[in-house]
Amino acid sequence: MKPADVVGSAVANTFRSKTRTILTVLAIFIGAFTLTITTGLGTGINRYIDQTVAEIGAEDVMTVAHQAEETTDDGPREYDPDAVTASGLGADGPGGGQTIDPITDDDLVTIAAIDGVESVEPLKQVSVDYVQHDDGTRYEVSVGSFIPGMELVLASGEQPDADAAEPQVAIPVDFVEPLGFASQGDALGGEVAFGVTDATGAEHVVTAEVVGVSESGLIGTGNSVSPNTALTDELYAVQATGATGQADVYGSAVVTFDPELGEPATQALKDDLDEAGFTATTVEDQIGAFQSVIDGIVLVLNAFAVIALLAAGFGIVNTLLMSVQERTREIGLMKAMGMGSGKVFGLFSTEATFMGFLGSAVGVVLGMVAGTAVGDALATTMFADLPGLTLIAFDPVSVASIVVLVMAIAFLAGTIPAGRAARQDPIESLRYE
Amino acid sequence: MSTPVLRVEDLHRSYGRGPTRFEALKGVDVEVRAGESLAIVGKSGSGKSTLMHLLALLDRPTSGSVELNGVPADRLRGRELNRVRNETFGFVFQQFFLTPSATVLENVILPLKIAGVGRAERKRRGMAVLEQLDLADKAKNRAIDLSGGQKQRVVIARALVNDPQVIFADEPTGNLDTTTGAAVEDLLFGLNRERGITLVVVTHDEELASRCDRRITVRDGRIEASATAATTASGTGTTAEPGRPAEEVAA
Repeated sequence: MKPADVVGSAVANTFRSKTRTILTVLAIFIGAFTLTITTGLGTGINRYIDQTVAEIGAEDVMTVAHQAEETTDDGPREYDPDAVTASGLGADGPGGGQTIDPITDDDLVTIAAIDGVESVEPLKQVSVDYVQHDDGTRYEVSVGSFIPGMELVLASGEQPDADAAEPQVAIPVDFVEPLGFASQGDALGGEVAFGVTDATGAEHVVTAEVVGVSESGLIGTGNSVSPNTALTDELYAVQATGATGQADVYGSAVVTFDPELGEPATQALKDDLDEAGFTATTVEDQIGAFQSVIDGIVLVLNAFAVIALLAAGFGIVNTLLMSVQERTREIGLMKAMGMGSGKVFGLFSTEATFMGFLGSAVGVVLGMVAGTAVGDALATTMFADLPGLTLIAFDPVSVASIVVLVMAIAFLAGTIPAGRAARQDPIESLRYE
Repeated sequence: MSTPVLRVEDLHRSYGRGPTRFEALKGVDVEVRAGESLAIVGKSGSGKSTLMHLLALLDRPTSGSVELNGVPADRLRGRELNRVRNETFGFVFQQFFLTPSATVLENVILPLKIAGVGRAERKRRGMAVLEQLDLADKAKNRAIDLSGGQKQRVVIARALVNDPQVIFADEPTGNLDTTTGAAVEDLLFGLNRERGITLVVVTHDEELASRCDRRITVRDGRIEASATAATTASGTGTTAEPGRPAEEVAA
């Protein structure tokens, strides 16, 4: 028998006892459907996280700060009588635990000298008193740190240009109307003013052009305005006016490295920074923990779906054992006519695989339809505050792998009845009443 | 004289071992000559079906030799054996063993499908053989919708489709009424005469056996008598019950 005929016959045999086949396929369908939804959930959430990662910062930067006193890598910390006083001195409030030494210009030089560091920039943190448009109402606002390479999720307009000499800013979508703009389009190109109090208590006003309107995100730029480098520098300079010696110390610095060199190189760079007394955090580190939790949950959900599929696998075993029993004489006849045991095995295992294919194909298609419908519905209701979040999303690879997985399970289930059919003695089978 | 199609010598076949050991055949010698029709008769449990299974290479003897066209059959293994059986033999059983839901044509071309013949060729040869047996108009019908005689004709068509050298018929008329049975017999003997297909019929129907060129009677695992049609035509000792329904296949 040719392979094509084996498949053809197996497919035809599948529909011979329709009720039984439909029930078995239904069981597979339930498993495949569930697996599609749970996988879709994982894909959707992770895709959103990836999007958020791009928003928080570029892949080629890490945030570097002095190691906190409490941060030691391994095991319990050795007692150090000086450390107590050290942390006591720097305590910000009652029970305050630790202080982080600021990054100084000397530190920047040290960091820049470390192998693998392409460039280092101090992260200038600025705080403004209010934002205002055209003498309208003043609103409190926080100013985000703009790291070159980060990408805001924009409702309209464009990203603030890091290299532009003019101060530019992207404002959150929630600020558009309160500030007095008629629409997002109206806001673009408009001017906003930031009130800043300097070290001496004097107030200053810095103006910037609105180039973009940002969506509120999960982690990133939720309710803060996103300035470009020029605006950050200007705000920082104004804020530091009159400060003594404070101008050149920063909370943290941003190191640019080459992510193309791979994980080991990045880790080596981190280790070097660690030795020099700094902690370095990449965007991946910040997001990684979050993502592992999501992955863990999705894994558990998937496990439930796979359990459903295993149960369906026993359904296949049951169905095909009945078929083998019913078709004993037919099998005997085919063997008498010179059909090899291997082909008989192929016939029944293909039938099982085909059932798996039917169940998974229907399950995957309906799963995608249902998942997309639910995802869309939730996006406009429950997750309306998180634009860009499609709770259940699908990518072709994972969808295809579900089908393949289900077919593999079905094939394995089919080997039991197929093996029994292949072992049948033609004489015994023909005698079977 | 030319090489016989099938020759078995000192054939033994036993089942089980130890105290439950049962010897179905106790040293049988048979020659099946090309183009003849041979009846293997015997009572239920005599070993006639076992003999047929060994002749058809469906079973292997415990001892003794089986030769197909002068070649020892024990040299054939696995794939080769399957191919030889597929190309050389046709089977007609008492039960029809048709796939009920499949069409007549699909049932008939099963041996060709097993042999790996292409789709178009299968259909052509299947239709040709159905034409011969006046079943062409039933090609698209489901096998389950046919009458008993039609079903047996489909079975014969299936046995014939791969142009076999030998057709084994195990109680071919056992499930048919006398008239239909006679028509099926005519068909089989016609093929034997006109196309020179060797016919091996296993039966305990005296009338059918007497139509064969030659008969061998199996009793308790041995060949009791071997006779040609001329001598058996007149004297019969065994009781014949034409049209009797199937009561045995086990042997």
